[in-house]
Amino acid sequence: MNSIEVKALTKKFGSFVSVDNISFSVKKGEIFGFLGANGAGKSTTIKMLCGMLEPTSGDALVGGYSIKKESDNVKKNIGYMSQRFSLYNDLSIIENIKFFAGVYGLEGELLKERINWVLKIANLEGKENILTASLPGGIKQRLALGTAVIHQPKIVFLDEPTSGVDPISRRSFWDLINDLSAQDITVFVTTHYLEEAEFCHNIILINAGKLIAEGNPKELKTKYLKKTILEIEATPVNNVIEILKKSQYTEDVSIFGNNIHAVMNCNYSEKEQVYSMLQHVQDISVERIDEIVPTLEDVFIHLLEKDGK
Amino acid sequence: MNFVRTKAIAKKEFKHLFRDIRMLLILLFFPVFLLGIFGYAVNFDVKNIKTTVYDSDRTELSRNFINALNSSGYFDITKFIDSDTEIRKILDKKDAQLVIVIPKNMSREFHSNKEAKIQYLIDGVDGNTANLIQNYVTAATSSYNNKLTLIKVSKTGSKFYTPIDYQPIFWFNPELKSTKFLIPGLIVMILIVTSAVSVSLSLVREKERGTIEQVDVSPVKSGELIIGKTTPYIVLALFNAIVILVVGYILFDVEVKGSYLLLFITTSIFLFASTSLGILVSVISDSQQVAFNISTMASLLPSVILSGFIFPIDSMPWAVQIFTNLTPAKFFIEILRAIVLKGVGLQAFYLQVIYLIIFATVFLGLANLINSRKGKTS
Repeated sequence: MNSIEVKALTKKFGSFVSVDNISFSVKKGEIFGFLGANGAGKSTTIKMLCGMLEPTSGDALVGGYSIKKESDNVKKNIGYMSQRFSLYNDLSIIENIKFFAGVYGLEGELLKERINWVLKIANLEGKENILTASLPGGIKQRLALGTAVIHQPKIVFLDEPTSGVDPISRRSFWDLINDLSAQDITVFVTTHYLEEAEFCHNIILINAGKLIAEGNPKELKTKYLKKTILEIEATPVNNVIEILKKSQYTEDVSIFGNNIHAVMNCNYSEKEQVYSMLQHVQDISVERIDEIVPTLEDVFIHLLEKDGK
Repeated sequence: MNFVRTKAIAKKEFKHLFRDIRMLLILLFFPVFLLGIFGYAVNFDVKNIKTTVYDSDRTELSRNFINALNSSGYFDITKFIDSDTEIRKILDKKDAQLVIVIPKNMSREFHSNKEAKIQYLIDGVDGNTANLIQNYVTAATSSYNNKLTLIKVSKTGSKFYTPIDYQPIFWFNPELKSTKFLIPGLIVMILIVTSAVSVSLSLVREKERGTIEQVDVSPVKSGELIIGKTTPYIVLALFNAIVILVVGYILFDVEVKGSYLLLFITTSIFLFASTSLGILVSVISDSQQVAFNISTMASLLPSVILSGFIFPIDSMPWAVQIFTNLTPAKFFIEILRAIVLKGVGLQAFYLQVIYLIIFATVFLGLANLINSRKGKTS
């Protein structure tokens, strides 16, 4: 059963089309990655799916409720956590938790039970009365996630939940996301970190409001980028890139950390071709050239550049 | 309307209020401070008018006249001068607000049954005060005139009486103290600030920090949000109103003559109107700075200038008089003066109450309209 069903969703702001006729579905209990550059329409889509913004046309069923006609029911059945830290800094931890519990109408035994649960997953038991402002970013994020699901929704939307958080906290945050998914909660997440996208069961990529790729991480790497990728370690990097871009073998060249990734075209047959080409240039020293399995980043850069042209 | 949700929001808002002790102290003590300032410093009563006398007659009659003025209590004769060149200097330096010039032949004219002339020079820079001085001078002179007429007439042997004897009695504020008149206006001004300005700030603060998004995505209805968020400020404003009344009673003898219940109900209606103004401001502004500027412009300024708090509306040009209807403060000041100073009942101000309700409804409706339009476009 699908927990989110998006049908031809479109949002226009005046003449600007922010989300352009996108359709996709999210299965129950899966971690669904929603990727795209800044301004691609991710936040607008999430806001529509959460019932905060009315679509210009199209509709979506979230937890079985139409976002157009039943946004009140949608709101009761989802959790939402945004990129902007949305807890109140001048309130204590317990005051924040109680506020959101109240906002979702929790009372009595259930209220106590859920408060303890949130404190537990944020590792904040015994620290209830600390001001939220004094918590480190990683803990705040866990607390924000806890309050976002305090009412035990079946679907939770996370809009760049790990932006600005250190790598270790990010890792433990993803453990939490996996726990939720294991409890059959659908997690809809946007992120800029592509290594995080690898953790998702399914992914869609949007650009300029349009859906340009979908599938699981493995499919994406093979389906959308069938060409060979070379990882080249050579100096000076800038000169090497210039040469590669002009060469007859390459389609795309980009920097990856200290290395260069090149998407090869049909003229290419073996890495010796590139090796010999670079060796003939003065001042360039080549450390190594390897054929690699493309990363998601390769795929997305390739797709976005293709879409840009 | 869900009570659990509304209560959660109100509770949270109270905690924000009590967490920021500095702000809370300002909100609580600012009214008392303002009351002190307005009560003691802003005083429109004119007494002890600094007076200089240029008496070139120097006769018994002129001295008697000066003594009569002096004993009225309104004039404080500080200086006597000998030449008319000094007059200008004294008025220029503000050494006196009033110069009385008695010409040389005053006594002679009087005794030869001619009109004796006396000149009053009044510093007209402050028009209100100058007017008051003129009134006092006229009254003092005419009462002395009566005395002189009596002497003259009795000399001819006939009996003299004043055809119309009048006795003005001031109701509601018998000593004509301006503090009594000011306190209702002051309550209104403080209430509109604590409600309109602080409500708009607290709503926009959530927009600015992004916390409103988390509330928007929850099942909270906008009515629940508004009631939850404004309740603490309305309670605070009511508390302020009580403090002002108590302090006004202790320091300035202002007693509430009318019904406390009526006072409470009308105050709540006024707070409803001014919070709706705050809500409207919060809908159209995106930062606390903008919200503060707009809400101050829309609440504080009109409630000081256009409400009749200090400047009487009757003496404004008609075009400005029309504008005075834009502030709920004008109507609530009328209600408060009626309850506090006159002690009259609802029949005297039901129109003003109806106006306040209309004002609140229109502003809330407008806020709702703009807000729902924003929901579709942003």
